[in-house]
Amino acid sequence: MTTASKTATSRLPDVIGAEHVSSNATDLSAYAIDQKLPSVIVRPGSTEEVVEIVKYAATEKLALIASGARTKIGIGSPPARYDIALDMTRLNRIIAYDPGDLTLSVEAGVPLQKVAEALAVHRQFLPLAAPFFDRATVGGTIASGVDTPLRQFYGTARDYVLGMEFVSGEGVRSKSGGNVVKNVTGYDLHKLMIGSLGTLGVITRLNFKTFPMPAASRGFVATFETLDRAFKMRNRVAQSPLTPMTFDLLSPRVADIFSSQRAGQLTSSTMPAGVFSSGQWALAIGYSGKDNVLLRYEAELRRMAAESSAAAVIVLEDRDRAAAFAFKREFIPIALESSPAATIVKISVLSARLKDALSGAIKAAQLPWAAMARSLGVIFFALLPPDLSQASHRQLASTTDQILAAGGLLGANVTIPWCPSEWKSALKIWGPERHDLAQMQKVKKVFDPLCIFSPGRFMGGI
Amino acid sequence: MDSRLLQDLKKLLGSEAVLHEPEDLMLYEYDGSVEVARPNCVVFPRTKEHIVGLVEIANRHKTPIVGRGAGTGLSGGALARRGGILAIFSKMNRILEVDVENQRAIVQPGVVNADLSAAVAHTGLHFAPDPSSQKACTIGGNVSENSGGPHTLAYGVTTNHVLELEMVLPTGELIRIGSSALDSPGYDLPGLFVGSEGTLGLLTEITVKLTRLPESVKTLLAIFDTLDDTTETVVDITARGITPAACEMLDGYTLRAVEAYVHAGFPIDSAAVLLIDVDGVREGVESQAEEVAEICREHHAREVRVAKDSRERDLLWKGRKNAFGAVGRLSTTYYVQDGVIPRTKLPATLRRITEISERYGFPIGNIFHAGDGNLHPLILFDARDERQLKRVIAAADEIIQFCIEMGGSITGEHGVGMEKDRLMPLLFSEADLDLMRGVRDAFNPTGLLNPEKIFPNKKGCGEIHIRPLPVAGVSVT
Repeated sequence: MTTASKTATSRLPDVIGAEHVSSNATDLSAYAIDQKLPSVIVRPGSTEEVVEIVKYAATEKLALIASGARTKIGIGSPPARYDIALDMTRLNRIIAYDPGDLTLSVEAGVPLQKVAEALAVHRQFLPLAAPFFDRATVGGTIASGVDTPLRQFYGTARDYVLGMEFVSGEGVRSKSGGNVVKNVTGYDLHKLMIGSLGTLGVITRLNFKTFPMPAASRGFVATFETLDRAFKMRNRVAQSPLTPMTFDLLSPRVADIFSSQRAGQLTSSTMPAGVFSSGQWALAIGYSGKDNVLLRYEAELRRMAAESSAAAVIVLEDRDRAAAFAFKREFIPIALESSPAATIVKISVLSARLKDALSGAIKAAQLPWAAMARSLGVIFFALLPPDLSQASHRQLASTTDQILAAGGLLGANVTIPWCPSEWKSALKIWGPERHDLAQMQKVKKVFDPLCIFSPGRFMGGI
Repeated sequence: MDSRLLQDLKKLLGSEAVLHEPEDLMLYEYDGSVEVARPNCVVFPRTKEHIVGLVEIANRHKTPIVGRGAGTGLSGGALARRGGILAIFSKMNRILEVDVENQRAIVQPGVVNADLSAAVAHTGLHFAPDPSSQKACTIGGNVSENSGGPHTLAYGVTTNHVLELEMVLPTGELIRIGSSALDSPGYDLPGLFVGSEGTLGLLTEITVKLTRLPESVKTLLAIFDTLDDTTETVVDITARGITPAACEMLDGYTLRAVEAYVHAGFPIDSAAVLLIDVDGVREGVESQAEEVAEICREHHAREVRVAKDSRERDLLWKGRKNAFGAVGRLSTTYYVQDGVIPRTKLPATLRRITEISERYGFPIGNIFHAGDGNLHPLILFDARDERQLKRVIAAADEIIQFCIEMGGSITGEHGVGMEKDRLMPLLFSEADLDLMRGVRDAFNPTGLLNPEKIFPNKKGCGEIHIRPLPVAGVSVT
């Protein structure tokens, strides 16, 4: 942090009130991003205050990085500059919820958990069952663009975000979309915010479609000796008329990392015995409906598992089902804590090439690994080096390079959302340079012409 | 008409692909709305190189260029508001690739919506967005307008089914955005471009998702004696957490027109009907259909019919999808609104529309996507009478004003175009609009592409751009 930055940020208490500004060294360290510290933490309580802070940052050319619970702040390139940490957690109200219309409007800093509780009263939910669920905020989850196991049925945030309010880089409060389930009025600027890592604007409000909770849900886990067998079943399910809610393939080591004490803490659950077995591939499928539908799914899944030579199958209900779901949801946090240098490679590929992409990554892996693959065509490949040593770094860099190359041949999108800060600059975390980067740069320039939002954190140095 | 421009266009496309005689141009001054704007010339490009060439010519001659599919749009989106070149994509209508395994298709923008679904039907897949005009409208138009349709209630609108786009920017660059694989890294550019109403680029290729057809479908027709019972039923279906694949409402006025035209079997003495599809796995469909029927009966449905077979189902849906055309038989012109409201406000909104209809003395037919609160009041009037025209706009504005008061929006699927730009300030602040204009200008810096659409003219004062039609301007949508 520069002296100039320190002097400039020292005037922030006049903008928002001293009690919501801190530059205490211990506080600052909690807001470090890739070892870079901000000069000051500011905690606005309203959109108006966000506007004032952003205007101030724009005038003073201070770099501002907004965050919620900071659970996913590790995603992205190291910040080029970082003056103001904008902590959004005081903006934590549910502004409007119309259960009859199934629409919801919340402030960005509201925790996912709080939303889930409010909706559960009306037997509804938001399919934003994202990792770090017990701490993450809605705004942070959207800005980081993480997906959820429920995307199999409900899609990703872009399919159920109806509108947003945000503050652009010159401190202007703007909005797009609305709070009705169908709307084509104006450009869908809010879609650009999803996964933009705070580089376009500070999200202050979000509107969502909510969904009715299904009558009942079950989990079905089939385990397999080989990847071939697991894919045999996966292909059968994918080609059947069944429309599961979740549909993920878990690699043999997942059973081990799920059984750790830390995994239990992260999910606030205990994995029921006999669900995942060490050394076995597992297909974990969730489905919902009334009794006759559940029976149909179970019968068909059992048949397909048998035809695919499954080693074992188990049907999960109630608490056990919820626990297994929580472990799947928290795969990334659990993997991140399974190694001091855990690195998550994300490979998105056409669904018919999922097996090739996964096999390619396995072949490339020179380090212990664990993987979760969504049947739709998204693999989270966790590399778990034993330490942060030079040797581990070399093996990791070589592995990720090979995965990138293999992914390129398959037309996959390969990125590295998580890796140790120390290694970040040496890895191609955004994958190969994209042909549409120039268009993204145009967008960035419109939203944040002074480059004050999360500078350098996004693809191509944006 | 500038002869050098014409020469350049003919050199690029051949003279048979360039129209410029007034009698030819007249055919292209309309779309499905009541707006009118005549281009200076109409061209029929056949390749993406033609599109690049057209943009280059438009730039050289500083002439606006507007893309157009089948011209079924309902907001003047594909009209040449400032004149210039109207580029019709009807000859770029090839399905370039169907990848059944990965449930993807790559199409040229001029492919007709229903043709794609028909081409892949034997594989058990379909293209889910199904605007009522799907037998004519093009996928390029769907992408530009982010079109909906009856079944978007469960399946989502066009944007939920588009993965990758290739287009020519007004600067002449040919670009690709998004990716066929999921989660294209970086900003969601397809999310921005879908629904940008042809103001950011001219499409040349579109990669869409194909969706598996459901195992089972049931179509219900619930018949009611009052409008209130009908709308309350929709509210209740939504509130009880049932999402049918489609939930359409036709009021008595429209029903009678449809029945006289299509003979779909709609009861002509009822106040309104709901046409409801439930689909999914067989077992779920059975119980959901029963549940929906029960809710209808609780709200005093006179009768709930279930289509016996696909023939009966197709006939009911044919009635729905041809309803606008049927209403056209009753009146020389109609003005259709596209407001959206929270579903809980349906009963109050329909009551208000009835009241407005009585007060202004215009018949208003209601046929719309009740399940997502997307209204389509059809205000019937005679456009040859200038006084009627002014009053019809006033009546329509009252309806829109009410939608906004209810927390709704001015357009659910038809787009803003040149019809509703003046209404944009009712929903968006000048700051909101300026940011959107900024995005437009970043891609379309000189306003060459589809000028004066979506955003109100900053100097403008709510001018009404509607002119009487010379003849009954009824389109089948």
